[in-house]
Order: sequence, then structure tokens, then C-alpha cells
Amino acid sequence: MADHVLVQRPEFVREVETSAYGVVEKPLTTWERIFNNAAVRKGLILLMLAVIWQVYSTVLNNPLLFPKFSDTISAFYENIMNGVLLARGWFSIKVLLMGYAAGLFLAGTLTAFAITTRIGNDFLETLTAMFNPLPAIALLPLALIWFGLGNGSLVFVLIHSVLWPVALNTHSGFMSVSQTMRMVGRNYGLTGPRYVAKILIPAAFPNILTGMKIGWAFAWRTLIAAELVFGVSSGSGGLGWFIYENKNQLEIANVFAGLFSVIIIGLFVENFIFRNIELKTVRKWGMQS
Amino acid sequence: MAAAGPLLEVRGVTLQYKTKEHLVTATYRVDFRVFKSDRFVILGPSGCGKSTLLKAVGGYLQPTEGSMSLNGEVITRPGSDRVFVFQEFDQLLPWKTVKENVMFALTSSRRLAGRAAEDKAMQYIEKVKLTKFADSFPHMLSGGMKQRVAIARGMAMEPDVLLMDEPFAALDALTRRKMQEELLQLWDDTHFTVLFVTHSIPEAVLIGNRILLLSPHPGRVKAELNSDGKDNLSADGKKLSDRIHDMLFADQIEEEVTPHG
Repeated sequence: MADHVLVQRPEFVREVETSAYGVVEKPLTTWERIFNNAAVRKGLILLMLAVIWQVYSTVLNNPLLFPKFSDTISAFYENIMNGVLLARGWFSIKVLLMGYAAGLFLAGTLTAFAITTRIGNDFLETLTAMFNPLPAIALLPLALIWFGLGNGSLVFVLIHSVLWPVALNTHSGFMSVSQTMRMVGRNYGLTGPRYVAKILIPAAFPNILTGMKIGWAFAWRTLIAAELVFGVSSGSGGLGWFIYENKNQLEIANVFAGLFSVIIIGLFVENFIFRNIELKTVRKWGMQS
Repeated sequence: MAAAGPLLEVRGVTLQYKTKEHLVTATYRVDFRVFKSDRFVILGPSGCGKSTLLKAVGGYLQPTEGSMSLNGEVITRPGSDRVFVFQEFDQLLPWKTVKENVMFALTSSRRLAGRAAEDKAMQYIEKVKLTKFADSFPHMLSGGMKQRVAIARGMAMEPDVLLMDEPFAALDALTRRKMQEELLQLWDDTHFTVLFVTHSIPEAVLIGNRILLLSPHPGRVKAELNSDGKDNLSADGKKLSDRIHDMLFADQIEEEVTPHG
């Protein structure tokens, strides 16, 4: 019974003190601020890895298996300077952009078809279910028969690697546009293509962007892998072929320099291009934090 | 004054919609008439089909029986002569600033373009006292401010009737109170016609000059009352809000009591 009785306490009102409490706000020390910067921390990790690499390769002393970090850097520098890496990189990027653009265009068409008709929806769902798990590189032998050795085959596999993730993400983005937003669009007289362009695409943009990022990563990997397979018989090529060629000539430092370029281009697109698109769109709009 | 006919006329409207397993009748043979400059409130407990009714007036669904007409024309689809203000905050397009959101309404409906649209937008943004936030994105605004933008957007369209679906229900009590007063001030200003859906009796009494009471499952008209917003005692010595309360919840209490008996 006693637990039903409320404990009686006197009321009180306090004068809030205006001093005598320590720090309210104090600037951080310079070191704390520097270390709070993620780029600085990640830079330190990279530096550490480079040092480990250099020390290990010096101890191993076998440039054929594992060239020194300094040798890799100088090979990278040399190949940039004589223009070989730049030309190969440009060759890869050119093919990549062709395939990527074609893939995006097809994905757009397919999803537009899918949101307007039910049969289109079924079509897209069936196709993505079938082809999304199929690695693009597995289609390369077939592509070689159909399009021969050359850019045609590369573009074909690139389209395959871009199309499905972009279509899948765009479609799921369209499906998740809120009912309220749809009603707002229709309230102001938007129908057909204007409704898609002014309501659905911007509302689904976070998903579309994710699809584009995944599509880009897939395409980049597929391209390098395809070039490695191709390089054997094709006359010219991109970064993948540069790597393959230098392996055959046992220029292992150059192989590392080629891998290095692949990484750098990948990081640049991910952390600079896509990052900036994100900052100027979905983050600015508060649609993604 | 040309005492013209009703602006919006709803005659014997039965609304049904399908869920995955059921065919639900939301309202059954509902009649009401809204005149120009009315602050017409549809009030009822949840499940009386009031939001569905408003959506039908908006043109988003067709009645299975009866008809609805605005200015003598039968409502068949959504249109910018009836502008919606929703409860949900995502009615504002997050990729547009406050000003662009209001302008979007004017340009999409091809009512105005360019400079004229901008001027009109700013005029109504000023009315809801958000001039300072014209270039802010919706996610930077508080809930009350978002609703004010939505109201500004609706009013900028200068529609025949503004449809408000529990616009203040997602706000905290203090903000709601303030928004209700602001809405009345705006009405004093321009005397727009508004069809307002709510489940709150005090809100209905405060906002409406005419209150339609719906009974639940399915929604049927129970009464249509006048209100002067002051909730005074009426002839039978009861406050308007108490009368409404008794009417709406009389059956419900009986229903709740019986199973225990």
C-alpha cells in the first residue's frame, strides 16, 4: 500500500548563478583541430602504408615480384611525363563514357516505359532480375563474336554493366515517391512527361544518383577487366591493356603504376565528381544527410 | 451583392475505395453546399471519410454515386481551381526554395510565368511573413513555417476553393494555435473560400463559420451548424463545442460501454 503514497517534498526556487562555473566554450587546440580533419587522418594512414611498402620491398629486394614504392612512383611519374599513361587513361575513359552514356539513356527509356505501363513494369522487373546478377565480363566472349575485337564489344559489356543497376535504382526511386508529392504535382496540372521531369525525377534523385554511382563503379571494373582479356590481340588499348603489356615485358613497376592510375581515376570520380553532384543536389535539398 | 448559388455543390455522394481485401465505403450519400467566402469545416472522428471526401472534391477519386460540381461544372479530375494544402510536410518540393515552391505552382499550372510569377509568389510569401526565408530550402524550416509556405502556395493560386486536409495536425499545440489565428487573419484579408477538414472540435469551432458533422463508418451527414468562432452558449444553454461533442460521441460511448456490461 505504501507505494501508492506520493513522497512529499518542499518546493524551491533558485537564483541561477551567473559565474563560478568553469568553461562554457573554449576553442580547441590546433592539434585537436588538425586531427579532427578526416583528410589528415586518412593521409596519415596512406603515408604509413607507403612507408611499410617501402621498408618491406627494400628488405625483400626483388623488383620483379614487388618493386619499391619509390620505383613505382618514379615509373608513374615517367609514364605520365612521356604521355603513355595519359593516352591510355584517356582511351579507357573515352570508351567508358560512351558505354556509360548509352547505358544511362537505355536505363532512362526502360524505366520511363516501366512507370507508364504495367507490362513495361513487368518487363523491367523480369529483365533486371535476370541480368543484374550476370557479371558483364561473362558476356565478353559473346560480345567478341558479335562485335569483333574493338570498341563495339567494350561498349556492349559496359552498357550491360550500367543499365541494370541504374534502371533498378531509378525504378525503385520512382516507386517510393510519396503519395503527397504525386498529388501536389497533379494538383498543379502536371501530367505525362512534365510530371515525370518536374516531380518524379527530382523526387527520386537520391536513388538515381546511387544507381549512377553503382553503375559507374561496375563499368570501370568491367572495362579494366575486359581490356585485360582483349589486350592480347588488340592493337591499342587503355589502362587495362597497359597493365597487361607491362606484365608481359616484366616491367612490374609499370604494372603498379597502371594499377595506381586505375585507383586514382576511380577515387577522383567517386570523391570529386559524384561528391560535388551530391553536395549541390541531394545534400543541399536535405534529402540525404 | 449578387447572392449567387453555391460555389461547390455536393449531392448524394457515396465514396468507395478498394483495399487489398475489402471494398470500403468511406461516405454514404453526403450532401453539402459551400458558398463563396465560406470557411466550411468538415468535422468528424477518424474513419468518417472526411479526408476521402476532400480528395474527391480535389478530383483524385470519383464518387460511385452522386455528383460534385464547382461553379456548376462537374468535378472529374484534379485541377488548379481547387488547391490542396496537406497535413504532410513533404508537400513542399525539397529541391526548390520557398519562393520556387510558390512559383512552381503558378508556372506549372501555366497561370503566370517569369517575373509576374515571382512577384505574385513574393506577395503571398509576405502575407505569411516568410519574406526573410524566401531563398531557404524547406528542410531548413520548422514545421509551422513549412505549413505557412504550403498555405502561401495555395493562396497564390487564388483558387476558387482552398482544400485543407488537417493542415495543422502535425504541429505542436502552441504553433497550431498561432497558425489558426494567422489563417483567420489571412481570411480577413482576402475572404478566400476554404474547405477545411479536421477531427478537432475546438479547431472546427474556431476556424469554421459553417461546420458539417459526419458520423463514422461510413461517413453520413449528422448536422450542419453555424459558428461565430467564439464558442458561446446557445439557446439550450450549452456551448457549441459541447453540443458537437455530444452529437459526435454519443453513439460511441454506448458502443464502448456495451461490451463491458
